[in-house]
Amino acid sequence: MSAPSVLVLVGAVFMAVFAGAAGRTLPSRLRARRHGFGTPADEATFRALHTISRASPSLRAGLTRESARKAARHLRALLGAEAVALVAVRPAADDVDTDDEETDGELLVWDGEGGDRHSAGAACQARPVLTGGRPRVLTPDALACDDPACRIRVGMLAPLTVEGRVTGVLAVYGPSASAARVRAVGEVARWVAGQLELAELDSSRARLAEAEMRALRAQISPHFVYNSLTTIASFVRTDPERARELLLDFADFARYSFRNPRDFTTLADELRSIDRYLLLERARFGDRLHFSVEVAPEVLPVAVPFLSLQPLVENSIRHGMEGARTEFHIKIVARDAGPEATISVEDDGVGMDPERLRGILSAGALSPGPGRDRGGAGIGLANVDERMRQVYGDEYGLTVETAPGAGTKVSLRVPKYRPGVFPD
Amino acid sequence: MIVMAVTAALAALVAVLGLTAVLGSYGRRRTERTTSDFLVASRGVTPLWNASAISSEYISAAAFLGTAGLVLAHGADMLWLPLGAVAGYVLLLALVTAPLRRSGAYTISDFAEWRLGSRAVRRLVSWCVIFIGWFYLLPQFQGAGVTLRVLTRAPVWAGWAVVVAVVLLLVLSGGMRSITAVQAVQFWIKLVAVAVPAVAVLSVWQLDGAADPTTGGPPRFERVTDVRVETGVTVRVAHPTRVRATGTVDGAAHDGADLTLAPGGHTVGEGATLTFPAGARVPHVDHVPARDGTRWSMPDGASLDHGLYAVYSALLGVVLGTVGLPHILMRFYTNTCGRAARRTAAMVPVLLSLFYVFPALYGALGRVYMPELLMTGDTDATILMLPQQLLPDPAGALLTGLVAAGAFAAFISTSCGIVVAIAGTVAQCVGRGSVTVFRLGAVFALVVPLALVSEIGTLGSAVLVTLALTVSACSLCPLLVLGLWWRGLTAAGAGAGLVVGGGLAVAAGVAALFGGPWTGWPAALLEQPALVVAPISFAVMAGVSLATRRSVPRRADRAMARMHLPEEIVIR
Repeated sequence: MSAPSVLVLVGAVFMAVFAGAAGRTLPSRLRARRHGFGTPADEATFRALHTISRASPSLRAGLTRESARKAARHLRALLGAEAVALVAVRPAADDVDTDDEETDGELLVWDGEGGDRHSAGAACQARPVLTGGRPRVLTPDALACDDPACRIRVGMLAPLTVEGRVTGVLAVYGPSASAARVRAVGEVARWVAGQLELAELDSSRARLAEAEMRALRAQISPHFVYNSLTTIASFVRTDPERARELLLDFADFARYSFRNPRDFTTLADELRSIDRYLLLERARFGDRLHFSVEVAPEVLPVAVPFLSLQPLVENSIRHGMEGARTEFHIKIVARDAGPEATISVEDDGVGMDPERLRGILSAGALSPGPGRDRGGAGIGLANVDERMRQVYGDEYGLTVETAPGAGTKVSLRVPKYRPGVFPD
Repeated sequence: MIVMAVTAALAALVAVLGLTAVLGSYGRRRTERTTSDFLVASRGVTPLWNASAISSEYISAAAFLGTAGLVLAHGADMLWLPLGAVAGYVLLLALVTAPLRRSGAYTISDFAEWRLGSRAVRRLVSWCVIFIGWFYLLPQFQGAGVTLRVLTRAPVWAGWAVVVAVVLLLVLSGGMRSITAVQAVQFWIKLVAVAVPAVAVLSVWQLDGAADPTTGGPPRFERVTDVRVETGVTVRVAHPTRVRATGTVDGAAHDGADLTLAPGGHTVGEGATLTFPAGARVPHVDHVPARDGTRWSMPDGASLDHGLYAVYSALLGVVLGTVGLPHILMRFYTNTCGRAARRTAAMVPVLLSLFYVFPALYGALGRVYMPELLMTGDTDATILMLPQQLLPDPAGALLTGLVAAGAFAAFISTSCGIVVAIAGTVAQCVGRGSVTVFRLGAVFALVVPLALVSEIGTLGSAVLVTLALTVSACSLCPLLVLGLWWRGLTAAGAGAGLVVGGGLAVAAGVAALFGGPWTGWPAALLEQPALVVAPISFAVMAGVSLATRRSVPRRADRAMARMHLPEEIVIR
C-alpha cells in the first residue's frame, strides 16, 4: 500500500466515524418534512396529528414551566392562534391565608405576541376558570387593549381537568372568536388534560417502583437478632470479656444495618459488615464454621446495593447448616473482570433442589406466597435478586448453582459504573 | 555473544511473565479462618502501590527506548518530553484525579455520559479513546521490532508478532486484566532493568576516563568501526571520509573496496557495511543534525525546525496529553476515595522522575560510545546496545538481557493496558459489557495498528507517543478539564470540541505519519500541532457551550457538588 493511499484510507475511515457519530445526534426534524399524502384534507389531518405528537412528549413530564414552554409552541401552531398561555394552580402556601373559594393561578408560559401587554393579566383572567372549572370567552372589553395594531382581541379559556380536579387553564388568544374555535380550544384542552393524566400515571408508577424498592430493602433478620442475643447471653457468665466484645460487634453490625436508608454502599463496607456478622455466627456455631475470603483489592471501591451480600452469607449459614453436624465452609470471592466485578458466595452445605429454588426465586421477595411458607428459605436470595435486577437490569440477576448435598454457589456481577449509582 | 544475550533476555522475560502469572493468581488477597484478616482483605490498594502501577503502565516503549534515542540524536532538547510527562501528572493531580474519582466513573466514556447526559458524546469519547490507543500501540510494536532485531537480527515483524501474540494471549485469557499488583511489581522490575545496567555502564565510563559528552566537536569514531546498515538510509557527510564499503552505497555495489565519501548526502543500501577509520567524523542520518557538544547539551530547540514553537508545542502536547490518557485515568478508580487518588497522583511524578534519569543517562553515554547509531538512525537501540558494547562478555550479555526483558515488559504492560481500555470501551459501547464483544474489541484494537506499523518508516517511538498524547491533549483533556471545573459545559459544546480538536489532531498525526516528508512550518505544525489545536479545541468547547447555554444539563449543579465536595458530605 503506498503512502498516499493509506492517508486517504485512514482519513476516510476517520471522517466516516465522526460523521456517523454526529449524524445520530441530529434531530429527526429533517426526516419529518416528507410530503406526499393524498388530498389537502389528508395533509391537514396529518399535519395536525404530527403537531400533536410533537407536543405530547413534553406534556408527559407533567405541567411545569419547562414542559409548558415546550408544548405551548406546538399548541399555538395547532390552533393557529396569535398567542397561547398555560396557567397552573398555584400550590397552596401554608403560611398565607388564602381565600378558599378563589383558587390562585400562576402563569407558566406565554407563547406568541403581545406577551408584554397581556401576560400580566392572564393569571387573573384564568382565576374564574380555575375555580369554576367551566370554559370562558374573554371579550375585547375584558382584555382592554388600547393598541389598535394588537391582534389579541379575544381570549378563549378552557380548564385542564385531571382526575376531576382543575389543575390548570389553557388560554388561547386571537383576533376573533367563533363557536368552532371555542370548541377546538375545548378539545385541545381535553387532550392536554389527557396527557397530564398520563403524566400523573407515570409518576405514580415511578412512586410505586420506589415504594417497592423500599419494601425490598434488605433488613436485618429477626432470627439473627434473637440468636445473637441468646448466644451473647450464654457467654455473659462464663466469659464476660467475650460477651462484651460480641455485644460491641452486634452494635456495630446493627448500626450499619439500621443506618439511614441509603441505597448503595461500597464493597469494602459490605465486607466489613459481613465480618461482624460472621463473628457473631462463629460465637454461636464455634469451630464448625469456617470461612475464607478472596478479594481483589481493585473491586473494593465498587458501589453495590446496600446489604446485598450479607443476606447471601446469612442464607448460606441458615440453610446450608440445616441439620448438618459436620464442619461447614463458606468462601467469598470477589474478582475484577474489566468493567465489572464478579462476586460469589460458595458453601459446602446441604444444598437445595434446583426446582425448589426456581420456585422461590420466581415467587419474588414481595409476595407473601409459598416462598415464605417453605421455611423462609431463599427470601434473602429472592430479595437480593429482585433488587439487583431493578438497579442494573435483568441480566444482572443472581446465578445460583446448587444440588441437594452438593453445596450452593451464588454469584452476582456488579458493573463498576452505572449512571446514578453512588455509594453513600 | 548474541546467543548469550538472547538467552539472558529470554530467561529474564520468562521470569517476568512467570512472576506476572504468579502475582495474577495471588494478587487477590486470601485469608483463612481468622476474622481480623477479613479487615485486611477489605482494605483497598494503597496510594504507593497504585502509583507504581500507574507509572508502570505509563512507562512504555517510548520511555524505555525512545527517550534515550532522542537524547542521543537531538540532545537536551528532548529532555522536555519526560519533563512534560512528569508535569502532566502534576496537572492531573491538581485538576483531575480527586473530582474524577468522586464522580464514580470507571472510564472516561462513563464520565462523559454521567456529566453531560448524552449517549452521543459518549460515543465520540469512545472513538477518541480508540484513536489514542491506536497511536499509542504503534510505538510499542515498533519498539518490540527494534529490540528483537537488535538482539537476534530477526526481521522487525517478528517483534510485532511476539508483542501481538503475547498481549492477545494475556488479555483474552484474562491473565493480566487490571491486576494492580502485577503492574506495580513490573514498575520496580523495569526500574531495576534499566538502573542496574546503567550503574554498570556508568562505572565503566568513569574507569574509562569519563569523556564528557557535552564538550568537544561533533561525534567521531573513537576507533576503527564497522557500521552495518539494517534499513536503507540517506546520510549526510561533512568532511571527505575514506571508508571500506561492502554492499550498496550511492546505488553502486561495493565489495570490501576503499571509497571516499564526498561531503553531502549519500544513500546507503540495506545490509551494507561501512568500515570507518578511527577519528573519522560520524555521518548523520539526514533528519539528525550533526552538532558539537555544547549545542547538543543546550535545551533550546535549535536542532529542530522552528525550534521554539516545536519545543513549546511538544511540551504542551505531552503535559495536556498525559492528563487525558484513558488507560491511566481508569487506574484511579482503584483508589478508595478522592483523597487517596490525589495522593496516588502525587507519588507518580516522583516515581517517574526516578525512572527517567536512566534513559537520559544512556542517551548521553551513547554519544560517547555508540555514535554509529546516529548514522544508521537506529537510535532507539541505544539502551540495548550500550551494555554489550562497554562490558566484557558474560556481564555485557547478561545486562543486555536484563534491559531487553525490561523493554519487553514495558511493551507488554503498556499494550495490555491500552488494549484492555479499548476493548472495554468497545464492549460497553456495543455489547453492554459482554465478554465476546470484549474479546473482539481486543482483536480490533490490535489489528489496526498492526496493519499500519509497516508504513511508518523510521520515526522514533517517542515521536509516535507524542502523537498519541497530542490527540489526547486536543480531545479528552479539554473535555475533562472543562467538564470537571466548568458548570456551563453542554453536550453540544463537548461534542463539537471533540470533533474539531480530535479530528484536527488525528488528521495532523496521520498526515505526519503517512503523508510526508514535510519541511519548514508544515512539518513543525503537523508533527507538533498541540500548541495550535489544543487552544482551538478548548475554545470550540467553551464557545459552543456558551451558544447552547440553555441546554446546560439540569444535573450540572448536583454533579459539580458531587465532584468537588469531600465524600463525607452526603448530597441528597
